[in-house]
This record gives sequence, C-alpha cells and structure tokens, in this order.
Amino acid sequence: MTDTSALSYTDDHEWLKIEGSSVTVGITDYAAEQLGDVVFVELPEVGDDVEAGTVVGEIESTKSVGELFAPVTGTVTAVNDAVVDDPALVNSSPFDDGWMLTIEAPELPEGLLDADAYAKLVSE
Amino acid sequence: MPDKNQTDSHAESPRPSPLHATHEKLGATFTDFAGWQMPVRYSSDLAEHKAVRASAGIFDISHMAEFTVTGTEAGEFLDVALAGRLSALKVGRAKYSLLLTETGGVIDDVIVYRLRDDEYLIISNAANRDAARSALQDRTQEFDVGVSDVSDDYALIAVQGPHAEKILSSTSGITDLTTPWDEQRYFAWASASFDGAPLLLARTGYTGEDGFELLVPAARATALWAAVSTAGDPYELVPAGLAARDSLRLEAGMPLYGHELSRDTKPAQAGLGRVVVTAKERFVGQRHVEPAADARVLVGLTSEGRRAGRAGYPVIAGDSEVGTVTSGILSPTLGHPIAMAFVDPTHSDPGTELDIDVRGKRIPATVTTLPFYSRKK
Repeated sequence: MTDTSALSYTDDHEWLKIEGSSVTVGITDYAAEQLGDVVFVELPEVGDDVEAGTVVGEIESTKSVGELFAPVTGTVTAVNDAVVDDPALVNSSPFDDGWMLTIEAPELPEGLLDADAYAKLVSE
Repeated sequence: MPDKNQTDSHAESPRPSPLHATHEKLGATFTDFAGWQMPVRYSSDLAEHKAVRASAGIFDISHMAEFTVTGTEAGEFLDVALAGRLSALKVGRAKYSLLLTETGGVIDDVIVYRLRDDEYLIISNAANRDAARSALQDRTQEFDVGVSDVSDDYALIAVQGPHAEKILSSTSGITDLTTPWDEQRYFAWASASFDGAPLLLARTGYTGEDGFELLVPAARATALWAAVSTAGDPYELVPAGLAARDSLRLEAGMPLYGHELSRDTKPAQAGLGRVVVTAKERFVGQRHVEPAADARVLVGLTSEGRRAGRAGYPVIAGDSEVGTVTSGILSPTLGHPIAMAFVDPTHSDPGTELDIDVRGKRIPATVTTLPFYSRKK
C-alpha cells in the first residue's frame, strides 16, 4: 500500500509519487469518488513528450468525463495497461493498482501540495 | 481532473431532503440537483443500476414537485392546461402528460393521478417546479379550480425492480390498502396508511422496471424508508442514487427534461406525439404543436466499444452535422454505448449508420428504435 502522506498532489486532484526525476501519476480517491464508476481510461503512449498542464488522457465514468492532465513536463516512460483493461481499478485502488503513468521529468513544477494541504483542499 | 458532473447551478445553498440524515448514515455522495442536495450514489453507480434490474433499489426522489388540482371543473381545466385528455382519466389511474407553451414547446413532463372526481395530483420535475406551478395557475382563470403546490408537505420514495412488490407487501406498518398489492396495475395508484399517516402508492417509475412510488408526509419519510429497507434485506434491496436513476431511465428510453425535452422541442419530435390529444376542442399550445416537416427527431444510437457520446456531442453523416446527442452512456445492462440524439429526419431511419464526434474522434453509431432495454414481462 502506498503511503499517501508521502505523495504530492495537484489541485486537479492528481497524486504524484516522486522518485528522483521519475514521477508516477494517478488520480486521488476523492477524484475517483466524484467521478463514480470508471468505465474507460485512455492514456498516452510510452515515449510521448508531455507538457505540464496539458490533457494527456481521459477518464470516463458512467456519469461524466474527466481529463487527465500531465502534472509535469517530460517524457512518458510507463503507462498502466492494467487500468486500461480494467478501469474499475481507478475506484478500487486509486493510489496503487489504479496508477496512470510515469513521466521522466527533468524538473518539478512549483505549487504542488503536500498531503495536509490537499486534505484541506478537498474538505473545503 | 475536474469533475464534470452535470449539476444545476443554484444561487441559494441547496436544500436537504427530508431523508438527508438517512443518506448520510448510508454514506451517500451528494450532488446539487435543481436546488436540492440529493444522493448521486451510495457506493457504486453500476452496482445500484444492476441491483434495480436484478432485485430492487430504493430511491429518494423527494425533490420532485407535487401539485393538487381541486374543483368541480378540474378535469376540464386539465384538458386545456395539459396536452392529454385528463377528464377521461378514471379515478385510481395515472397518466403521463405534458405542459406545453403557447407555441407547442414543452414546459414540463408530468404524471397526473386522478385522486377523486374533483381532485388530481400532478408530479412534476424539481427543476420545473416554479415554471409548472405558474403555468398551471395562469391557466385556471376561467375555471372553478384551485392549484396548490404541496411539494414541501411530502417526501417521495421510489422502490423499483422485480422484487418491489414482494418487498412492499412485506413492509411493516403499511396497512389499509384500498387495492391488494398484486391487483395494483401499472399507472394506477392506491391509498394506504403508514403508521397512521396517509400514504399514496403509485405503480409508476422511471427505471424501466416494475415498481412503486410512495408519497408520504415528509415527517414520516425516515420511518418509511427504514421499514422498506428492513423488508428489503432478504430481497437484496439497495439504496440507489440519481446516477443510477439516470442510467436506468436512459436504457429505458425515457426522456429527461433539459436533455430530450425543452421549450424549443415539440412533443412529436421527442416521440411523444401520442401524448398530445389533438382531437380536443382546445388546449394550450394546440395551434403550434405540430413540428415542421424537417424538424429534428429523437432517435436511439448504439455503438461498439466503451466510449459513449455525451449530451451536446455532434452527430455526423459524411461531412455534415446532422444532429446532437442529448444523453449518452456506456449501458451497464447492455455493455455497449447508447445515446439519444436529435437528428435530421432524413437520417432517422433505424439502421442508418452515423458517427458521433466524441471529443474530436468519430465513433460509428447505428440508429435504433427506443427503448434500448425492455424488461421481460
């Protein structure tokens, strides 16, 4: 189980697990709950260059369509094929089996939230 | 990852339902809907949807508005005020009807229950409560009739699914039925008591399954929900939210006001020509109720894969836009995407191959007749 207190967060309700210059990205349990049952996930391809703040994928639930934003600028080094095959992983395991992609990022953006700041954001 | 649930914005803070505390205890996720704070789901939209198809679900629909129409000319008044011939409705029965604008568009779609010779109950959409009440009241002028908005007095609970009758007939506290459970007909109502309070049971719904809608004084709603839930335990009754209600009605091909119906939509465009009794002497909207020959018509669209067209997405034939999706979803029951759309009549025949523009990608879709899903009778 991922220690969610050690993750970084964005105000787009994504989490980042930062290991050196390698950043693994997913959506938070709050985002998954707001979406409802996820039925379709589209991710970029390994090798794609992505720019922070741009849409790189889609997360579709029975009720609505959410966009997956790249939280950092860099190159996609891994995508989670399991979540494409079984989108329900986003709901059942948003911080672990439901991860989306890994980006090799030369530098981290400013304005990331820590777990406490993110908890405060969603409680408002 | 912003949430793009379609919710109605409302300046005032949303009203809680009389059942709010019950929903909180059940762990509901809430949404703002037409000025109300209502459960969108309790656990999983899909599980709630499937439970209603397979066993039963209990929904809080207390946001719906209720009006009573009372007076010796109530039937004659409704014949003029609504699209149907409600004077011919028998006491004990219910009918789906439409409140039209002078120009034949739809102000609201409603269910009308004849309570007595001189009294009707109208259940209307929450979002249209004010518009429907004013339209009805404006039309009373020449009639000996009164229209009262009694929405705040009542809670409305829907119990829907193949086990609904078994659950309600074993619910403790419901007594004094005017009609035995197994003799209650579809689109009919019966009255009863719930622990001494008046209870109206209507065999109506918005899911495509058998089921009932229970109108109870607001103060008794919590006790009734609890009693039905207890009786439902052996029958796998689950609480179900507005998300499941929407996906269920869409599979059943039922229109949702604001999506398939609007003031700019004529009933026949939405496949509701049968609801308009044109043979009546007069009714509001009569002169303009027929749509133009080239007006777009509502069709069903089915696709393969998992990506659903959503409200507002363009429908394409060749290089031209020939329609717009009004509602769409990956059908939980059928396993493929379904959508309702208004399309040009030249592209509305069942079997016509069209495309839906899903955020820049074209998804092939085939025109089909509605509904997508019918229960086995």
